[in-house]
Amino acid sequence: MIEIKDLHKSFGTQRVLKGVNLKIEEGQVTAVVGRSGGGKSVLLKHIVGLIKPDRGSIFIRGQDITKLSGKRLDEIRSQIGVVFQGGALFDSLTVYDNVAFPLVEKGKLKKEEIHKRVIKALSDVGLQGMEYKYPAELSGGMRKRVALARALISEPKIILFDEPTTGLDPILVRTIHKLIRQAHEQYGFTGLIISHEIPEIFEISDKVAMLHDGKIIEVGTPEEFQKSENPYVKNFIMGLEEQEDRL
Amino acid sequence: MKQFLKVIGRGVLSLFLFLGRIFLFLLEIIYITFTTPLKVRNFLRQIRFFGNKSLVVVVFTGAFSGMVLALQGYYALNKFGAEALLGPVVALSLIRELGPVLCALMVTGRAGSAITAEIGIMRITEQIDALTVMAVNPIRYIVVPNILAGFVTFPLLTAIFDLVGIYGGYFVSVYALGLSEGTYFSQMELYVDMEDIKVGLYKSLSFGVIVTWICTFMGYNAKYGARGVSKATTEAVVLSSVVILIWDYMLGALLL
Ligand SMILES: Nc1ncnc2c1ncn2[C@@H]1O[C@H](COP(=O)(O)OP(=O)(O)O)[C@@H](O)[C@H]1O
Ligand SMILES: [Mg+2]
Repeated sequence: MIEIKDLHKSFGTQRVLKGVNLKIEEGQVTAVVGRSGGGKSVLLKHIVGLIKPDRGSIFIRGQDITKLSGKRLDEIRSQIGVVFQGGALFDSLTVYDNVAFPLVEKGKLKKEEIHKRVIKALSDVGLQGMEYKYPAELSGGMRKRVALARALISEPKIILFDEPTTGLDPILVRTIHKLIRQAHEQYGFTGLIISHEIPEIFEISDKVAMLHDGKIIEVGTPEEFQKSENPYVKNFIMGLEEQEDRL
Repeated sequence: MKQFLKVIGRGVLSLFLFLGRIFLFLLEIIYITFTTPLKVRNFLRQIRFFGNKSLVVVVFTGAFSGMVLALQGYYALNKFGAEALLGPVVALSLIRELGPVLCALMVTGRAGSAITAEIGIMRITEQIDALTVMAVNPIRYIVVPNILAGFVTFPLLTAIFDLVGIYGGYFVSVYALGLSEGTYFSQMELYVDMEDIKVGLYKSLSFGVIVTWICTFMGYNAKYGARGVSKATTEAVVLSSVVILIWDYMLGALLL
């Protein structure tokens, strides 16, 4: 479904991606883990064409999106929802208008239909009654849930989540993960989740991949991933678990 | 010597790079302004924003500019025994020159810096990326409404500045300098032409576009982190102010 082939990207002299290869299967949820600053967000932004690679290609349903621009690229993008790292909610719009935004901008649905969907999406993420608040008035967890609702509302075939739970307390992490899983069961999108939540992320993903030093060094089901012999993977899993135990 | 040339070369190169990018940005703005429908809601919001932010400071600086002009003008005119011409001197200085320029500088400081900061924050919090991904052109959604709002509000704010300044000058002339009430305005009517008002109008219209163009560009290209936004804001204000003064001279020379 999404196939990333030999992706290279440098910023100035800093080589961030050094040949990433990754297949994201249709209808599955694939998690990408890796240390902070390792280029996970950069990888995600390549998939929606926000960053163009120096070399390599990304096929989405057979089309190399790194070669597309303008209308053709927008067409592909309309099938993709993105939950950005900080939520990326529009500060000048209310929660309601933020969630309605993708539908209003597409201009295909009637007002009443949009209203129904927004109300449902907000209650799905447990935010009924918050419609007329502004993002600045919400807590971090609420903002992430609004961002989730905004990504889900147009029922895209692909959803990319950039650290949807980072900075939240463990209970909220579970809540968000549950929401993602529910949505996935409801209409089976293809998902890519960038995450630091070990071990929680194993529960909601079909595949786990690790980005290290600009490359994917391990991919597998959560069980395979946890049994990996790769020292970096082992360290990463243990390191984070140790940290959690200490907390 | 080699080191020196290297530094100069790099400076010149980055200057041209900057100019290239900011003019490409302008081309894109122009293209989108004329090929896509305006985001009316954002446009109206930005008009309100400019007015709201700047009105008080414009009235205040306008009043004092007129008052100072009257005081200094009187001093100079008195030497030729031409105090009766104080009205036209104040009015012409304001309408042709000081109104558009000072008003533009004030609005840059108040509203221009704020739009740079706002757009810069949209950049670093990935709101601009979010727009792009939702197939909403950020130039159309954020930048064009600001440019057009500047185009509309700058002349209006300048008119207010001029008006308040002229009355400020009037009060000083009549109550502090003892000029007769009638002369100030009657002489003004005699000497201020439509041409003068047009000069002021062209200036304020172009300042409106220049300031919003520079301020949106700086915000749009803010580097990551809070430092990036504050740097962009400072640079936007400084660059806008310098360009206002240069453009004022060029346009003044052109229209004289
Ligand atoms: N637009 C950009 N310009 C320059 N450097 C960037 C840009 N985006 C990311 N980087 C750099 O690339 C590296 C990887 O960043 P990122 O993908 O955000 O890491 P993470 O894995 O934590 O998401 C960082 O060192 C970052 O500074
Ligand atoms: Mg990141």
